[in-house]
Amino acid sequence: MLIRSLTSAGIILGLILVFLLGVWAQSSGAIDDFLWYLPDVQYLAAQHLWLTFLSGGLAILVAIPLGIWLSRPSMSRAAESLMQVLNVGTTIPTLAVLALSMSFLGIGTVPAVFGLFVATLLPITRNTYAGLKGVSPALKEAAAGIGMSPVQRLFKVELPNALYVIFAGIRTALTINVGTVPLAFLIGAGGLGELIFTGIDLYDPIMMLSGAIPTAMLAIVVDALIAGIAFVIVPRGVNPARA
Amino acid sequence: MIRLENLTKVFDTPKGAVVAADHINMEVPTGEICILLGPSGCGKTTTLKMINRIVKPSSGRVFINGDDTTDMNTQDLRRNIGYVIQQIGLFPNMTIEENIAVVPKLLGWDKSRYKERARELMHMIALEPDAFLKRFPSELSGGQQQRIGVARALAADPPVMLMDEPFGAIDPINRAVIQDEFLKMQQELNKTIMFVSHDIDEAIKMGDRVAVFREGKLVQYSTPDDLLAAPKNAFVESFLGEDRALKRLNLVKVSEVVSDEIGTVKPEDTLSTALERIDDFGYQNSILMINDKRQPVGLISRSLARTTKGYCRDHFQNVPATVSLDDDLRKVASLMFAQDITWLPCVDEEGRVCGQITQRAMTHHLGARFRTKQRETVTAEPKE
Ligand SMILES: Nc1ncnc2c1ncn2[C@@H]1O[C@H](COP(=O)(O)OP(=O)(O)OP(=O)(O)O)[C@@H](O)[C@H]1O
Ligand SMILES: [Mg+2]
Repeated sequence: MLIRSLTSAGIILGLILVFLLGVWAQSSGAIDDFLWYLPDVQYLAAQHLWLTFLSGGLAILVAIPLGIWLSRPSMSRAAESLMQVLNVGTTIPTLAVLALSMSFLGIGTVPAVFGLFVATLLPITRNTYAGLKGVSPALKEAAAGIGMSPVQRLFKVELPNALYVIFAGIRTALTINVGTVPLAFLIGAGGLGELIFTGIDLYDPIMMLSGAIPTAMLAIVVDALIAGIAFVIVPRGVNPARA
Repeated sequence: MIRLENLTKVFDTPKGAVVAADHINMEVPTGEICILLGPSGCGKTTTLKMINRIVKPSSGRVFINGDDTTDMNTQDLRRNIGYVIQQIGLFPNMTIEENIAVVPKLLGWDKSRYKERARELMHMIALEPDAFLKRFPSELSGGQQQRIGVARALAADPPVMLMDEPFGAIDPINRAVIQDEFLKMQQELNKTIMFVSHDIDEAIKMGDRVAVFREGKLVQYSTPDDLLAAPKNAFVESFLGEDRALKRLNLVKVSEVVSDEIGTVKPEDTLSTALERIDDFGYQNSILMINDKRQPVGLISRSLARTTKGYCRDHFQNVPATVSLDDDLRKVASLMFAQDITWLPCVDEEGRVCGQITQRAMTHHLGARFRTKQRETVTAEPKE
C-alpha cells in the first residue's frame, strides 16, 4: 500500500516535471541543450549511486551491529551517553564533515565516502537501538522463559520485531545520503554535484538542472526501493504496511 | 517434584527494598497442581519466576525432582519447564503455528512432528486449527491469544509447568471448558504444575494444593478442602469469602456422603405397607418405589398412603431427580433447592438405586470437618 502510494507519487511528480520541462524546452528550444548533457548525466549518475552504495552500505554494516550492541542489557548504562555523543555528531553539517575528512584523507573518493558514511551512520544506529529497546519486555521474557539463548532471542524475537523501525532508519538515512552526495564533488569525488555546482558557477541553469533533477529522481527511487525491500522482508505480523 | 527452600527475593528499588518473597518453603509432589493464590502484589509471580530463574533468588533454593537448580544451565532448565507468562507474550512476528512450535523447534523436532503437535494442541484449547494456525497473534482476541500461550507452553510436553494466570482473559464459559480440558489432560500426563491465580473458585477447582500468599509470605499451604474447612487466620478467611462453606460443596462427591440404607417399596405392595415402612424408617414425607431391577420408578407420599387404600403402582408420583455417585454436593444442593426436598436417591451407572443422600448428612459431613478442626485448635492453643 505504502509502496504503491510512493510509486504513484513518484510517477505524478515525474509527469509534472516532464510536462514543465516540455513547455519550457519548447519555448526556449533548450531540449537539445539537455540532450547534450545526457552522456554526462549517465556517467555521473552512476558515479553518484556508487558513492551512495559504498557509504550507505558501509554505514548499514556498521550501524546495525552498533545499534544491537548498544541495546544489550549489559550496555544499558553506557548506551544512553553514547547515543548522546552520536546525536551531537549529527548536528555538525555534512559539508564540515566532508571538509574535515578531506583534511585527514586528502582529495577523492575515499574522504567523500568516509564523510557520507559518518552522516548516514547516525539515523540507522538510532533506529536500530530504539527499535530493539522498544521490543516489549514481555516478549523478551517469554523468549527467555522458553529457553532461547541470547543469540536466539536476538534473531528470532528481538530483530524481527524491531525490523520495521530499523528499515525506517535505513530509508531516511539513504534518502538523505543521495541528496548529500552532490557535496562530494567539492572534495573531488564526482557525482551529479559536478553538473550542479559547475552550472551554478557558470550561471548555466540547464547544466545545473540536468544535475539537480536526476539527483531528486534518484532519491525518490532509492526511497521506493527500500520501502519495497522492507515490505518483503519485515514479517507480516509486525508489518503495518501489510496488516 | 518442586521444592522451595527458604526462597527469598528482595528487590532494590529507589524507594527502598521490597521483599517480594520472604523465606518461602513448600513442596509440590510430582503430578500435582499447586495453586499460588493471593491478592495483587503479594509475590505470586515473583515466586513463580524464581523457579525458572527469570528472577534470580536473593537467597534460598529451588529443587526440581531433587536437583538443585541454582547451578544448572538455565537454558536446559527452561526448555524442560513449560512457561505461560502473565502478559501472554506471543511472538507477533510468528504465525500461531510458529508460536506453538517454538520450543519443539529449539529441541530439534522434525517438521511433520511439530505440525502434528500444533494441530493436536489446537483441539485441546478448543480452537479450530485450520482457521487459526496461519494467523498472526494480532489477529486473535485476548482470550484466544491466552489459549495459544498455554498451547505453546505445553508443546514439548514438559514435565513441569509454570502458569501465571493462564485463563485470566477468557470468558467464564470457555474458561470452564478449558479448565476441564486441562484437568482431563493432567489426569493422563501427570505434570507437576505451579499455577498462579487470584480466583478462589479456580483455585479450588484446579488445585490439588493451594498456597495462600500475603505480602511475600506463605500464609497457608493445604488442600482446598482443608483450606476451606480450616482457614489459618482472619486474612485467609476473608480472602476465601463468606460463602466458603458453600464452596466446599464443590469438593465433596456424593459417594463420600451417601448412606446405603434406604427403605423402598415395590409396585405390588399395598399403601398400608408403604405407610408402615415410612414410619419404620422415620421418613417424613415419602418413600421411594423401585421396580424389579432396583430402578427408581416413583414416590409414595405419606399423606396419600395414610388416607387412601390400594396398591402402590396405582398411586405414585414421579421421582423428581436422582444423583449419581460421581456428582458433587453442589449439584445435589442445587437439585434439592430446586425441587424443595430434603433427600435424593442415588443411582449407580446402571441406574439402580444404591442409597440416598439427605440434607442432614450433607450438613453433618461439612460440619464434622469444622468441628474436629475447632477442637484441635482449642486443645492446641494452651500449649503454645
Ligand atoms: N522487577 C521488580 N522490581 C521491583 N519491584 C518488583 C519487581 N517485580 C515485582 N516487584 C514488587 O514485588 C511485589 C510482588 O510482585 P509480584 O509481581 O510477584 O506480585 P503478584 O502476586 O504476581 O501480583 P499480581 O496478582 O498483580 O500479578 C510487588 O510489590 C511488586 O511491586
Ligand atoms: Mg503476577
